[in-house]
Amino acid sequence: MHNPQLNRHGELTHLLSTEGLPRDIITHILDTAQTFVPLAERDLKKVPLLRGKSVFNLFFENSTRTRTTFEIAAQRLSADVFNLNINVSSTAKGESLLDTIANLSAMQADLFVVRHEASGAPYLIARHVAPHVHVINAGDGRHAHPTQALLDMYTIRHFKKDFSNLTVAIVGDILHSRVARSDIHALTTLGVPEVRAVGPLTLLPGGLEQMGVRVFTDMKAGLKDADVVIMLRLQNERMRGALLPSAHEYFKQYGLTREKLALAKPDAIVMHPGPMNRGVEIDSAVADGSQAVILDQVTFGIAVRMAVMSIVASAG
Amino acid sequence: MKLHIKNGRLIDPASSVDAQMDLFVAAGRIVGVGQAPAGFEPNRTIDASGLAVLPGLVDLAARLREPGFEYRATLETEMRAALAGGVTSLVLPPDTDPPLDEPGLVEMLKHRARQLNHAHLYPLGAMTIGLKGEVITEMAELTEAGCVAFSQADTPVTDTTVLLRAMQYAHTFGYALWLRPQDPWLSRGGVAASGAYASRLGLPGVPVQAETIALHTLLELQRSVGVRLHLCRISSAPALEMVRAAKREGLPVTCDVSANHVHLTDVDIGFYDSNFRLEPPLRGQRDRDAIRAALVDGTIDAICSDHTPVDDDGKMLPFGDAEPGATGLELLLSLTLKWADEAGVPLVQALHRVTAGPAGVLAASAPAMPASGRLGPGSPADVCLVDLDARWQVGRETLRSQSHHTPFAGMELPGRVRCTVVGGRVVWEQAA
Repeated sequence: MHNPQLNRHGELTHLLSTEGLPRDIITHILDTAQTFVPLAERDLKKVPLLRGKSVFNLFFENSTRTRTTFEIAAQRLSADVFNLNINVSSTAKGESLLDTIANLSAMQADLFVVRHEASGAPYLIARHVAPHVHVINAGDGRHAHPTQALLDMYTIRHFKKDFSNLTVAIVGDILHSRVARSDIHALTTLGVPEVRAVGPLTLLPGGLEQMGVRVFTDMKAGLKDADVVIMLRLQNERMRGALLPSAHEYFKQYGLTREKLALAKPDAIVMHPGPMNRGVEIDSAVADGSQAVILDQVTFGIAVRMAVMSIVASAG
Repeated sequence: MKLHIKNGRLIDPASSVDAQMDLFVAAGRIVGVGQAPAGFEPNRTIDASGLAVLPGLVDLAARLREPGFEYRATLETEMRAALAGGVTSLVLPPDTDPPLDEPGLVEMLKHRARQLNHAHLYPLGAMTIGLKGEVITEMAELTEAGCVAFSQADTPVTDTTVLLRAMQYAHTFGYALWLRPQDPWLSRGGVAASGAYASRLGLPGVPVQAETIALHTLLELQRSVGVRLHLCRISSAPALEMVRAAKREGLPVTCDVSANHVHLTDVDIGFYDSNFRLEPPLRGQRDRDAIRAALVDGTIDAICSDHTPVDDDGKMLPFGDAEPGATGLELLLSLTLKWADEAGVPLVQALHRVTAGPAGVLAASAPAMPASGRLGPGSPADVCLVDLDARWQVGRETLRSQSHHTPFAGMELPGRVRCTVVGGRVVWEQAA
C-alpha cells in the first residue's frame, strides 16, 4: 500500500504517523533535531530555513501547549505563523473540513499543522492538498501523535543512547491514547526489544500483541527492571462510569509512586507527554524527582518539531 | 409482447439448469424453456449468442432514498441502476424519511414505482413507529398497502419486551420480521470492527458480541413465539455458526449477507478510505472465509447489494464521521461472479444466492407476492442477459446510480448486463 507520508522519491512530505515511518527517516529527524537543540541557549534563536513560508496551525481540538510549541518551532525557523482556533470559526458555522482546507490553501499556506478529534482526519487533508503543501499531524483522535513520539524517542536516545537493549513500559489509558500508539510504532521500528503496555483491561485495546507489545495488567510486574517508564494522562471523563470506578482506585493500582518506581532499574527515566494529573497517574514526588525527564521532553519537543517542519518543507 | 431469446446459455439455479436453451415469453410470463409453445410467433427475437440468460436478480436490500433523501438519490436514478445491474426485484428497507410506518407512504412509494415502470419493488414496513423501538406499527394495514415484512433497518430495538411483542403480533397474522442482529449498547459509537486493525487506526470498535448477543436474543425469543425471522447482513463467523445451528434445529430462519462482506475485510480500509465505512463494519479474514463457506453450504440464503447511496459530502469526511454505505445495485451480479470464480463455485450454484435463494426468502415472508427468481414455465418473465466474460471498471462513468461511492471504485469486475426484461418487457438494453 502506498505510504501517503512519502513522496515519489521516498522523501518525507507529510508527517502523519510513526507507523510505517522508515527507521532511517526517524533517525534523520532525531539527528536533525540534535542540531537545533543548542539554538535554545543562544541569544539569536532563529535560523532562516523556513523564511517566506506560511505555517498554519489548524487546531480543531483545544491545545495551548502543543500549539505553542509548534508556533515557537515555526518562528525559530523564520516562518510566518498563523493560528486558527477552529472551534470558534467557520466550522461552528457548518463549513466542512475540506472547505476549510481549500480556503486556507487559497491563502498560500505551505504547511498545515493539524490537530483533530477524528482519527484519520490528517490523511483526508493530505489527500486533498496541492503537491507542494505539507501536513503535520499534531494529534488525530486516538490514532497518532507522531511529533510527541519523536520527541519521546529523542529523549530516550539522549538519556539511554542505545535502543537495542531497552525495556520500555507505557502505563495508563492506552485505549484512548494516540501518544501510546505512536510511541509503540516508533519504539518497535527503532528496535527496542521489549515494549510493554500496562493498564486495566478496560483501558487496553485489542491487537496490542500484533503491534509487538507485551501486555501487563499488574503494574508491579510491568515496571520490573524497566529502563524507561512512560506515564499517560488519564482524562477526567474516563474516571466516571464503566471504564474506571474512581481516580482514587486508579492511583492506588496504576499511579506511579516512589515505591513502584523502585521496581524499575535504578537509573530508569520517567516520562510523561503532559499535562500531568498529579495524584492520579503520577505522584508529585516522582514528577518532581530526579528520575523525571518531563521538562526535558518539552525542550526537546521544540527542536524535534523544527526538525520535522524543515524536513517536510524541503521534500521535492 | 411475444419474445424469443435465442442462442443463449440458460442458467436457472432454481431448476439446476445450465445449458444452451432458448427462452419464450408471452403476456409477461415465461411460456417455454428450450421448446417454443405450439404456434408461437415472436414479436421480437433477441440473439443471445455469447451471453448467459439468467433470471432477473432478486435483491433483498436496496435503499432507493425516496422519500426524504432525494439529494442523495432518487427512485428514478436508482431503479435504472437496478436494471443496469440485472436486478428486477428489490426489497426496500423502511428507513426512508419519514420511515415507512404508515400505509399512505407505502402506497405513494408503490405508485411512484409503478409510474416509472421498471423493476418490482417490495417495501419492508417499519416494525415500530418512527423505527423508535417503542410502539409497534399497524402491521395489517401496512401489509395491505404492500409491505412484505417488517424491519428495523439499522436501528436496533433496545427494549426486549417490545421485541417480544412485535414477534407475537407479527406471528398472529403470519407476518415475518427481517432484523439485523445488533446490540445497541455494544455497537454504540463503533465505526469499525473491534480488532487489531481498528486498534492500529485508533477507531472505536464494534465487538463481534454486538452481533452474537443480539442474535442469541432474537433466536431465543423466536423459539418461544414461532415467528418467521429473516436475519439481515450477518457479518461474523460465530453468528453464522449460530444460524447454522438454528436451521438444523428447524427454526423458521433465513439469512442474507452483503456482497461487500463476501469480498472485503477490515484491513481493506487502508488509510481511512471512507468508501469502506459500512454497516455492519467489515470484519476479519476468518469471518470472510466463514461467509464464503456458509454461502456454499446454504446457511446463507442470499447475497444482497445493501445498496445505500451516499453523496460526496457524506464521504469526504474523516472515516469515523463519514456516512456508512455504498452503492451496490450495479455490482451485485459482478461481485457474485467474482466470488464464484475465486472460490471455484459452479455458476448455477453461485447464482442461486441472487435469484432463487432470495426469491425463496421473499416467498416465505410474503406468499401472496409473485417473486420470480426462476426461469420456469409460468414464472413472471424477469430475465437478464449477461456477458459473463466482459470486464468493466467501476467508476463514475460506468455507474448509473447517483452515488459512485463503493469500496470497489476503480476495480475491474467481471460480467456486464446487456439486456434486462421485466414482466416480459425489455426495459434495459446496452450494446457491448
